[in-house]
Amino acid sequence: MSEAPPRISTKDRWRPPATDRAFYTGLIILGGSYLLFILAMVAADVYFVFFSAKNNVDVAAVLLSEDMAYSIKLSLISCCVTTILALWCAVPIGYFMSRHNFFGKSLIDAMLDIPIVLPPLVIGLSLLILFRQTPVKFLDDLFGIAFHIPAVIIAQFSVACAFAVRTLRGTFDEIPMRREQVALTLGCSRSQAFWMVVMPESKRGLLTAATLAWARSLGEFGPILIFAGTTRGRTDVLPIAVHMEISAGRLGAAVVISLMMVAIAMTVLITFRLLVGRSLVPNLN
Amino acid sequence: MIETVDLTVFAGEFSLARVNLKIPAGSYCVLMGRTGSGKTTLLEAICGLKRIVSGQVLIDGEDVTYMKPGERGIGFVPQDGSLFQTMTVWRHLAFALQIRGWSKADIQQRVEEMAALLEITDLLDRKPHGLSGGERQRVALGRALSFHPTILCLDEPLSALDYDTHAQMIRLLKRVQQETGVTALHVTHNIMEAEQLADRRLHIVDGQIVEHVEQPVKAELQPPGKEGGPGAP
Repeated sequence: MSEAPPRISTKDRWRPPATDRAFYTGLIILGGSYLLFILAMVAADVYFVFFSAKNNVDVAAVLLSEDMAYSIKLSLISCCVTTILALWCAVPIGYFMSRHNFFGKSLIDAMLDIPIVLPPLVIGLSLLILFRQTPVKFLDDLFGIAFHIPAVIIAQFSVACAFAVRTLRGTFDEIPMRREQVALTLGCSRSQAFWMVVMPESKRGLLTAATLAWARSLGEFGPILIFAGTTRGRTDVLPIAVHMEISAGRLGAAVVISLMMVAIAMTVLITFRLLVGRSLVPNLN
Repeated sequence: MIETVDLTVFAGEFSLARVNLKIPAGSYCVLMGRTGSGKTTLLEAICGLKRIVSGQVLIDGEDVTYMKPGERGIGFVPQDGSLFQTMTVWRHLAFALQIRGWSKADIQQRVEEMAALLEITDLLDRKPHGLSGGERQRVALGRALSFHPTILCLDEPLSALDYDTHAQMIRLLKRVQQETGVTALHVTHNIMEAEQLADRRLHIVDGQIVEHVEQPVKAELQPPGKEGGPGAP
């Protein structure tokens, strides 16, 4: 029988040097304070809805109302459609920008970031001008885009796609081009190398881009406010519903809807994180 | 046989101009040169991965200058193996055969043959992240040889291996080349590797190919593991 290793007293155990401890304490304090800040915001909402004497909102009535059901349905459907459209455009753009150098690449790269850096209201205004004041108006006349559901999706897409492009560009940058070149020598066409080698290795980035696009779409407000308007039962996605409740002076109902958004966002983000973290996605060393 | 005739290649600010090279069929040729001398660029041009400005690449007498990489019949083993991260070793060995539309039975037979030749039968279900450096290079070699290429191009395939694995891989490369009869072009800057593997040694100097001139004293002074030894950068 092997002897048990001698016990080391707490006093003699190795401990990180004092400078390291100070470093990690600093990290924990700085990082933790932000985490606490986020928790405090959500906790304040919960307190206001359930424990504050100033609030007399009927939570069940807000959550079970037809308007709320419509807002949730519209938000979920529009976010999913937007995510699909965003990936559809972001994959080819991200791949092309990652793999090719060409004249004017820096300019195009900067242009792709415009929806990220522009104020959301400006994006909404630009969309409204595009679809109402230019020859593109024929599309609006034909399909009824502005101030209708398509406007919600276009407004969400215009910002979400930029984030998806940025994420996927980084993903493709991390996959060495050598692997595709090897696939070419093995008999693949460019397209086969992309679908058989690059795309399977991009699963993690695709899921991250999808999560980001979805989350951005759920929280999108400014462009929707300007381009899709605030018509009850038509374009009132959850952020617009919050805005309408605040405008009507119903702060309690607005906070209830906000908490509902937090719950939906957390559920989706945690599910995506689990999918990304599990072995479903290959380990990319 | 690999032949280049007045081959000119541009790669960014770097270029190779009017390179002439002839490697007899079935031989193991090692191409050496300093870092940045253009060895990898030349290898890539032969494989069809670099745009050729002028000149010709001939494989067994056939002009393949403007052929797609996959039509040239060249197996390529890159420096780090460049294995496909989502595929098992079995799929690596079967990849080129599936692209070529081989039957399942033929693919299975060929995969087993290659796995036995490279002694990786136990690894067939594993993915790259579970493999050692030597195992990765064996898989990369198997993948490159799976479709019976006439030419094998190796771009510093042993540079990242430890001393023991390096020695094993040298023996394996020599044996595999003799058993398959493939014409090998192996790029390295490791003198020991060249001495042990090459039927023919070439140097690339100032963008031109020159035959190796024996310099025994200098070669003997290279200590293993240092400059020119296994694991040298």
